Amino acid sequence: MPETSPVAYDSKIEGNVIITQLDAAMNWMRKNSLWPMPMGLACCAIELMAAGASRFDIARFGAEVMRFSPRQSDVMIVAGTVTYKMALAVKRIWDQMPEPKWCIAMGACASSGGMYRSYAVLQGIDQLIPVDVYISGCPPRPEALLEGLMKLQRKIETEPALREQKRELIASLSDSAN
Amino acid sequence: MAASLSTAVSAISGKFKVLKKTEFRGETTLQVERAEIKELARFCKEQLGFTYLVDLSGVDNFGEEPRFEVVYELYHFADGLYLRLKISVSEDELEVPTVSDLWATADWHEREAYDMYGIQFAGHPELKRILMWEGYPFYPLRKDFPLAGRPSEMPDVAFSKPAPLAGGPFVTVPSTETTKDREPRSREIV
Repeated sequence: MPETSPVAYDSKIEGNVIITQLDAAMNWMRKNSLWPMPMGLACCAIELMAAGASRFDIARFGAEVMRFSPRQSDVMIVAGTVTYKMALAVKRIWDQMPEPKWCIAMGACASSGGMYRSYAVLQGIDQLIPVDVYISGCPPRPEALLEGLMKLQRKIETEPALREQKRELIASLSDSAN
Repeated sequence: MAASLSTAVSAISGKFKVLKKTEFRGETTLQVERAEIKELARFCKEQLGFTYLVDLSGVDNFGEEPRFEVVYELYHFADGLYLRLKISVSEDELEVPTVSDLWATADWHEREAYDMYGIQFAGHPELKRILMWEGYPFYPLRKDFPLAGRPSEMPDVAFSKPAPLAGGPFVTVPSTETTKDREPRSREIV
């Protein structure tokens, strides 16, 4: 007798099973557990700290685990003025972050150089690394950072996570299917 | 010891050559010889009691000769006296003796003046750039250096590009006119 697996209705698991797309499930898990790399370079970092503290509490959005090791981070929050002296160090830390990764340019300086139209300041971190969310303000209030974080969460929701980021896995699956 | 600034100034002018003495709003500035600055600084600290170097800075008077100045801001704790010493430094001879062995605080101040103006402080323990990176080819606070900056490239260290000024630099004009005329606006660089 060939063994057959019982496929039948099981009342015990009813209500405990959710059917969804893999992309949506991955994105849901990712967006609610963003570990920031706090790239605090100037006064914006103070607001970033406030966003992490009790009054604003970035933990409500699952992003309270500030990691000072880029290898454990998902989102780099560039908070402050990026000088040319610091620029390649920021790039280097960004390169050490594992994929998938996102970047928030917090405040005028990180977005565009801000008021520092000068010889010493990089005119926006987007010249070196790709930025997902720009937050205006000088510095932005913690609410603005949280709004930016929510914007990033909405962006993550729409990403075709599996197709874009697991290309080799998909290729190997379709190979073994054939 | 110096009980008042006038006795300190007369003690200095008795021993050293004072090229010019300026009084402005209760601040005394002595223009002195560059060759004598080290001995004068030692005299001020050890004989007159100016134990605190408040600041040491460079000045670029672009277009004048000698082009640069080094300014020493001294303070006398016991009697509460301020004294400012200035020396002129020409562009051809940028070497000035260090005072970092007298006041340890001069170490970083001299590095900053070197970084921004290129003034060489002879005898400094570690005269390297303090704000810009080692290898940056310009002295950015010199008047002939554009505010927007100049391109430079140091692989794996740093790079720089000119900043877009979009009609700038936006500068205020000292005047007694209304705010509308004084406030920062785009003005042609003369």
